[in-house]
Amino acid sequence: MEEYKLIADHLTYSYGKGSGRERKALDDVSFVLRKGEFVGLIGHTGSGKSTLVQQLNALLKPDSGTVFFEGADIFEKDYDRKALRGKVGLVFQYPEHQLFEETVFAEVCYGPKNIGMDRKATELAAYAAIKRVGLEDEVFDQPPFDLSGGQKRRVAIASVLAMKPEILILDEPAAGLDPAGRMDLLSMIRELKEKEGITILMVSHSMEDVAEMADRLMVMDRGKLVFDDSPAKVFSHVEELEEMGLAAPEMTYILRDLKAAGFDVDPSLITLKDARDTILRCMTGEKA
Amino acid sequence: MIRDITLGQYYAADSVIHRLDPRTKLVGTLAYLIALFIFNNPYVFALAAFFLITLILLSHVPFRFILKGLKPILFLLLFTVIINMLFVKGTPLFSIWKITVTEEGVKQAVSMGGRLILLILGSNLMTLTTTPTRLTAGMEHLMRPLKLIGVPVHEIAMMMSIALRFIPILMEETDRIMKAQLARGADFESGNLFKKIRSFVPVLVPLFVSAFRRANDLAMAMEARCYHGGKGRTQYRPLRYTRRDAVAYLILILYLAAVFAAGKWLSELATPWFKEMIGYAGSVSVSMSEVY
Ligand SMILES: Nc1ncnc2c1ncn2[C@@H]1O[C@H](COP(=O)(O)OP(=O)(O)O)[C@@H](O)[C@H]1O
Ligand SMILES: [Mg+2]
Repeated sequence: MEEYKLIADHLTYSYGKGSGRERKALDDVSFVLRKGEFVGLIGHTGSGKSTLVQQLNALLKPDSGTVFFEGADIFEKDYDRKALRGKVGLVFQYPEHQLFEETVFAEVCYGPKNIGMDRKATELAAYAAIKRVGLEDEVFDQPPFDLSGGQKRRVAIASVLAMKPEILILDEPAAGLDPAGRMDLLSMIRELKEKEGITILMVSHSMEDVAEMADRLMVMDRGKLVFDDSPAKVFSHVEELEEMGLAAPEMTYILRDLKAAGFDVDPSLITLKDARDTILRCMTGEKA
Repeated sequence: MIRDITLGQYYAADSVIHRLDPRTKLVGTLAYLIALFIFNNPYVFALAAFFLITLILLSHVPFRFILKGLKPILFLLLFTVIINMLFVKGTPLFSIWKITVTEEGVKQAVSMGGRLILLILGSNLMTLTTTPTRLTAGMEHLMRPLKLIGVPVHEIAMMMSIALRFIPILMEETDRIMKAQLARGADFESGNLFKKIRSFVPVLVPLFVSAFRRANDLAMAMEARCYHGGKGRTQYRPLRYTRRDAVAYLILILYLAAVFAAGKWLSELATPWFKEMIGYAGSVSVSMSEVY
């Protein structure tokens, strides 16, 4: 049987309760995360993605519904939420804005120290995490504020990784980076899953970022979870996605057009390599 | 949590009070506050309360929003009342154990507490019905004469409006940073005071960094649009008095006259009435203490 790591059970949440400007940010959202999965969470800005992920590690209490981590209700009164936050690591959007320590190393030690690792374990975990995110040895003793934007973000991600989470949640990790930095960061995240076996939930508003990496895509629209399926299946709903202000990856459009023009292609391909091969095949002129 | 403070929080509605010129509201609030402080008698308080309630009804702002403003000063309020009750010397009214409550003490406590409430509610009504922008525009106008003696009135007003604009943003930012650090296992609640204060360093440092970054961005954006201080600067929506404001000023003058009359001629009447009420309360508690 598959192992459910995390279950979100009918989560509902509104901001601004009792102020006359109440707005529903989450409306009856349910899903599961299985061990070792890589799931992409997609939705346009304001669809409730960040609100949702803050409930998964008990930073925000839902109005109704709850979250189970390894079978236990995390909103129970005596549940150890601090320990939970070490196991369900959440990297916020623009995490570089939370850096405060004097050196990169101290910054990354903050998390593991907080959740009660001893000194030695903390330092080992911090060292491994900094290497893991691909930072060089020179940065260890530098103030985090002196680093470039992409490097700062790696430090912030390392500071969560150092707690050795079993699930890693990343809220728009590539937002605001240049294309090269973006590619680097995404491939680093992919490695986390492949080499370390961490369960990953990655939030994004761009299909391209998650299409190839994710085993499964969840799509949110105005607080509701509308799709929860394999990428190929989700991309087949191009019209609905467009109505939500999203788009399928470029290649899906090309493949669809080729099919419409009478070529024998499968528009549900999701890796760039397959798409390229198909397009090349069409260009060499085999019509169905 | 931090969001509870009603500061510069505007309650959007369309009422005659909302539409008044901000200068009218500023002058009116100021006069109302001064009148509350000059006179110390129950008739003036009753009059002020009546005036305030009428204005609140006219403003369409729900009572609970206005009352929310009392939350931050609740402690101060209780403190004032209790201190006055316990430590003002005078004619003893009744005593429980070693504590003697005096007539003067009760009087003082009621008048201080009542004033504080009327004062906060009155100024709250102004900020709830006036947008921060209009409020600072109004202040800038009213303080113009000070320019003659070299006070940088425009600059002060600009600083105020920027501060008002940024307070909610910084509060949100604080909330976000606190959550981000919580996600890294921070603990803001347990431990002694010293430990608690230290646990806020990871919130304060990023908060300052972000405040400076925002300040820098704003300064550049303003310079890029050729902002160079108040000289020769016109307003997009200049303030203009209307007939409504004339009526408001008239009502204000009538109110002040009534307060003045009540304060001057009714103060003699006030004492016996007050005494009677206090005496009654006193006798009730004395008889209660006899029971025990
Ligand atoms: N702290 C907050 N206070 C009030 N409203 C908020 C707050 N955070 C988010 N919202 C609102 O909730 C909705 C969902 O926001 P969010 O979860 O941040 O969406 P996303 O991450 O998908 O862009 C939006 O309409 C947003 O304006
Ligand atoms: Mg978001």
